[in-house]
Amino acid sequence: MAMEMEMEMEMESQKPFHVDVGNLLAFNPFRSFPSLPASRDELVKECLQEGTKLVQAVADSLFNLPSTEDVDGPLVKLPPPTSKLPREKHLPKPKPPTKWEEFAKKKGIQNRKKDKVVWDEQTGTWKRRFGYDRVNDDKDIPIIEAKMTDEPGVDPFAKRQDDKKKRVEKQEKNRLQNLKQAAKIGALPSHVQLAATSLPITGTQAPPKKVTKDELGNVAGMAATSTASGGKFDRKLPGEKPAKKQGKHRKFLPVVEGSGIGSREKEQTESVLNKLISKHSHEILNVGKAVTMYNVKKEKKARNKRNQEGKSSSATNKLKPKKQLQKKTGKKGPVSSKKVKAK
Amino acid sequence: MMKIKTPRNGRVRRELEKRAPKLVETGKKTLILQGTKTSGILNGVLSEIYHLKKGGAVRFTRKNDNIRPFESGGETSLEFFSLKTDCSIFVYGSHSKKRPNNLVIGRMYDHHVYDLVEVGVENFKSIESFTYDKKMAPRVGSKPFIAFVGEGFENVDELKHLKEVLLDLLRGEVVENINLAGLDRAYVCTAISSNKVYLTHCALRLKKSGTVVPRMELVEVGLSMDLVVRRHRLPNEGLRKEAMRTAKDQPKKKIKNVSSDAIEGTIGKIYIPDQKVGDVALPNKAKGVKRERREAKKKEANERASKKHKEESE
Repeated sequence: MAMEMEMEMEMESQKPFHVDVGNLLAFNPFRSFPSLPASRDELVKECLQEGTKLVQAVADSLFNLPSTEDVDGPLVKLPPPTSKLPREKHLPKPKPPTKWEEFAKKKGIQNRKKDKVVWDEQTGTWKRRFGYDRVNDDKDIPIIEAKMTDEPGVDPFAKRQDDKKKRVEKQEKNRLQNLKQAAKIGALPSHVQLAATSLPITGTQAPPKKVTKDELGNVAGMAATSTASGGKFDRKLPGEKPAKKQGKHRKFLPVVEGSGIGSREKEQTESVLNKLISKHSHEILNVGKAVTMYNVKKEKKARNKRNQEGKSSSATNKLKPKKQLQKKTGKKGPVSSKKVKAK
Repeated sequence: MMKIKTPRNGRVRRELEKRAPKLVETGKKTLILQGTKTSGILNGVLSEIYHLKKGGAVRFTRKNDNIRPFESGGETSLEFFSLKTDCSIFVYGSHSKKRPNNLVIGRMYDHHVYDLVEVGVENFKSIESFTYDKKMAPRVGSKPFIAFVGEGFENVDELKHLKEVLLDLLRGEVVENINLAGLDRAYVCTAISSNKVYLTHCALRLKKSGTVVPRMELVEVGLSMDLVVRRHRLPNEGLRKEAMRTAKDQPKKKIKNVSSDAIEGTIGKIYIPDQKVGDVALPNKAKGVKRERREAKKKEANERASKKHKEESE
């Protein structure tokens, strides 16, 4: 007991702990540990002792604060903490006044509190100021008197709606401007975010078409066909799927086929020749195409007529042989001319 | 072209308002995560810190190999996590041969790294290894007493920094009113040498003493470990000045319907809505008491009586 008293007296001379009641913190800067005690337990015990003293010091000041009785126990109002700690976020900046607020301040316009319900003369009831069943709704107006300034041919009801739309758009634009101004300072309200929408359309260019996932997957394969080996030996990225149509896109004609009218090889060679040899390419009429178009048109007309009159299908048979004859003459024309030229 | 995006939900709006910067700040949330390699001890430390700070901490359990707090490029992931989880203190644990059982405790300002302290953990004792009377166990989320002992905390730069960081980490929410019955935990940090700190967590026992102030008794309850300070990084002066700025006390918000007079003192106005006397529900509306029912019952009883009478007479 005597030793404890001595120790207490010693401690008291160095009593001033730094006590911060707001944080329930106590700091004893005077205790030094010149040599660590041998065993861990001793160290622990010493630390606990010191800790107890400090906690007691805090509790002394804490329990002496004025307390109010509460259900769970005595409630105490803590003083603000004295040890300064850095903030976690910047200080909130006050919102800059909007353009209307500045104007109102300059003119001295006071904000009047508005009622939620307004007396409606027309129906004789109390109606909302805005919303579902409101006072001066556009759709409730039965008659609009014509004024001298009105242009003839202008629908006044539609005009009212357009005016309202314009007003709403203008208000939205102004709101956006106000928010942009606030964002520039850094005082944007916490629940608002300004997002950039898609890029504006420049001139006559259409907005860039969004490529689908499948199309993107095929792009590499399509580009590969332009290589000499048709993309067979191209190094592929990990995860890239093989192209849908591998190798070069070639169409091989059947080996055995008659050399008659429907001979595809003949058509192939003819089309190539036509493209290469013709001098007046702007004069060339794709006769085959023209003939087909004409025939299709004619057929359609006849079909329509037939549908109206309700004839049998014998008419179509009549048309077919005619078509073939015309085709024959068409083909022979340029070919014969070329043969003459070559000679 | 800008578009204004506002939340469509009340819940989302409230969440965003909670995360907005406030004039007076209450408590920081802690982010606990780990690096590529952790040891068993370190896992224990991280999970116990999470347990102690249950209400205001987020625990990531995956390994993050691209986080290197002390390198210039290795902080981007941390800042991203801090932004997403709204945490301003982080505890990052990693284990390597050069730095075994490493804990990096860092703070953020505006979701950018503000300062860092790197400590090594030695002699860790987990909560399970302590035996104590379970009734005294401190409840989750109670505000702790914090005690710092040792001149090292004043003289040595690193320990001063560590003291500040530990205070930030260990204190709970900053509250104005506190219930004295709910004080049941204390952290004791002693600087046992110029780079070692012994941190322990104790439960409080309040014993009766003569005066209003109860006598405190500390019982070691939770984790206890030695922290060896390895590296630290202080914030730059400009950033520190900005972070330490506090707002001057704003003029008190006007309380509605209260005015004060020199003669009469404080006057309050109470608005009572109109009483609709006709629509007020009657108190004793017991079914059996209604007059019509009573009369109907009486009638029935009479009829039955008369019937019986008739039968009997017949």
